[in-house]
Amino acid sequence: MPQLICKDLSLGYGSQEIQHGLSFEVNSGDYLCIVGENGSGKTTLMKTVLGLQKPLSGTIEFSEGLSSRDIGYLPQQTDVQRDFPASVQEIVISGCLGRKGFSPFYNKDDKALAQRSMERMNILDLKKRCYRELSGGQQQRVLLARALCATQKILLLDEPVAGLDPKVTADMYELIDSLNKDDGVTIIMISHDVDKALRYASHILHIGNECFFGTKEEYRDFKDGAVKGEDDND
Amino acid sequence: MTDIFSTLAFYLQRSFVVNALIVGVLIALCSSLLGVTLVLKRYSFIGDGLSHVAFGAMAIAAVVGLTNNMPLVLAITVVCAILLLRIGKNAKIKGDAAIAMISVGSLAIGYLLMNLFSTSSNLSGDVCSTLFGSTSILTLSSFDVWMCVILSVIVVLFFVLFYNKIFSVTFDENFARATGQRASLYNLLIAIVIAVIIVVSMQLVGSLLISALVIFPALSAMRVFKSFKSVTICAAIVSVICALTGLLTSILAGTPVGSTIVAVDIVAFIIFSVIGKIKGGSKA
Ligand SMILES: Nc1ncnc2c1ncn2[C@@H]1O[C@H](COP(=O)(O)OP(=O)(O)OP(=O)(O)O)[C@@H](O)[C@H]1O
Ligand SMILES: [Mg+2]
Repeated sequence: MPQLICKDLSLGYGSQEIQHGLSFEVNSGDYLCIVGENGSGKTTLMKTVLGLQKPLSGTIEFSEGLSSRDIGYLPQQTDVQRDFPASVQEIVISGCLGRKGFSPFYNKDDKALAQRSMERMNILDLKKRCYRELSGGQQQRVLLARALCATQKILLLDEPVAGLDPKVTADMYELIDSLNKDDGVTIIMISHDVDKALRYASHILHIGNECFFGTKEEYRDFKDGAVKGEDDND
Repeated sequence: MTDIFSTLAFYLQRSFVVNALIVGVLIALCSSLLGVTLVLKRYSFIGDGLSHVAFGAMAIAAVVGLTNNMPLVLAITVVCAILLLRIGKNAKIKGDAAIAMISVGSLAIGYLLMNLFSTSSNLSGDVCSTLFGSTSILTLSSFDVWMCVILSVIVVLFFVLFYNKIFSVTFDENFARATGQRASLYNLLIAIVIAVIIVVSMQLVGSLLISALVIFPALSAMRVFKSFKSVTICAAIVSVICALTGLLTSILAGTPVGSTIVAVDIVAFIIFSVIGKIKGGSKA
């Protein structure tokens, strides 16, 4: 049963259209990788799916029982956060807020959930540390732990490995993969690394001049076809 | 030494001094609480901007001939606060530039209107008082004091109840929005509270002091402390202590109240910077 269905989306800002005719669906337990060049509209697509901006046309439907309160989100880093005085603990637990409505304080369950998420991300020892003094990879894991506090159902990750070294990148991919395979979390992730995407993902959405959506096997054929097409042109 | 204390004891028996202390401390407390959020959201100058808006609104009220200008001034200021905080990152004009525009714009329009229509003979005095406070903090009426007390209770309550949400929308508004938190509502509430604090305290202490009270304690606390909670608590304590010290100094030495408090805040900032340097240096 699909968790998310996007039909004939067109994306853009104001009157300027960036992409049109995007259709895809995501089933529970899927691992969707969104690939495409810089500026092709990947972040814009994700923000539209998250409801941070309106699609120019088309529809986005979440399945029954899934609302924005069941979504976890790892944003592309913003500069405000860079000098923000906040401890890891404070940031991670703030992921619980979406579910809490107007109730003002965290309860035991929230604290336990934050603890578990930090454990899962291997950052328990950083709990009291200041966020701005962490390395890029540690910061990403903190934000991922926060996203896990928000949901166990579906995670949207915007370039979670940008700026990380190869070793930490590999760890991050393993971590995300295990969230998907072991915990059954649906993953929608933006990535520039097509090889990694082909290795871990179950589905690929390619956006650019030519858009593609399908399983990774289909994507291999699509890419081979594209390469052949180019060869023919030569 | 005993001399100073006996002078102090003498002054503390005067109700106007006690009133000034109460109001000064409360305003310092409220503005520092929201100051942390404002500084982190890059809205340090919103205090300055909004008090100029309030000045423009007063000019309009004067031109229209309203006797009680408070509701109009408050309404206009709240609307401007909402507009400014709404602008956010996606706008073509960044938050700080927008504040500068609105601030200078309303100051100019306000002055223009007063010049064209006002019957007041002391125009530059009126303008000066928006910067340094129209009512001196030493001549507060008991109505002023009560209003300030009630307002402060509301602000502190709001801050405690919404503390976690304020943290969340300040740290990462997009995440808050995406995960179903009512970020717009919280931003709206923050904007309203800020506008109210500014309008009320501006009439008492002037826009110069308000900006300082918003900015300095937060920046001082951020030199040394590293979690949101400790920064907030430290900013509140620093702000109150500086306000008290400044007020008492100005009473004893006869210096202008607002400027003295700001001077004490600057000293505190320097001290905290040095502490921060030493702490940071020893760790590295
Ligand atoms: N706030 C905005 N207003 C107007 N145009 C924007 C805005 N944000 C992005 N764009 C434009 O939309 C296009 C897509 O941007 P987007 O951020 O979605 O790209 P992306 O695929 O995520 O790129 P990257 O790989 O660099 O992250 C770009 O051409 C960009 O210039
Ligand atoms: Mg992007």
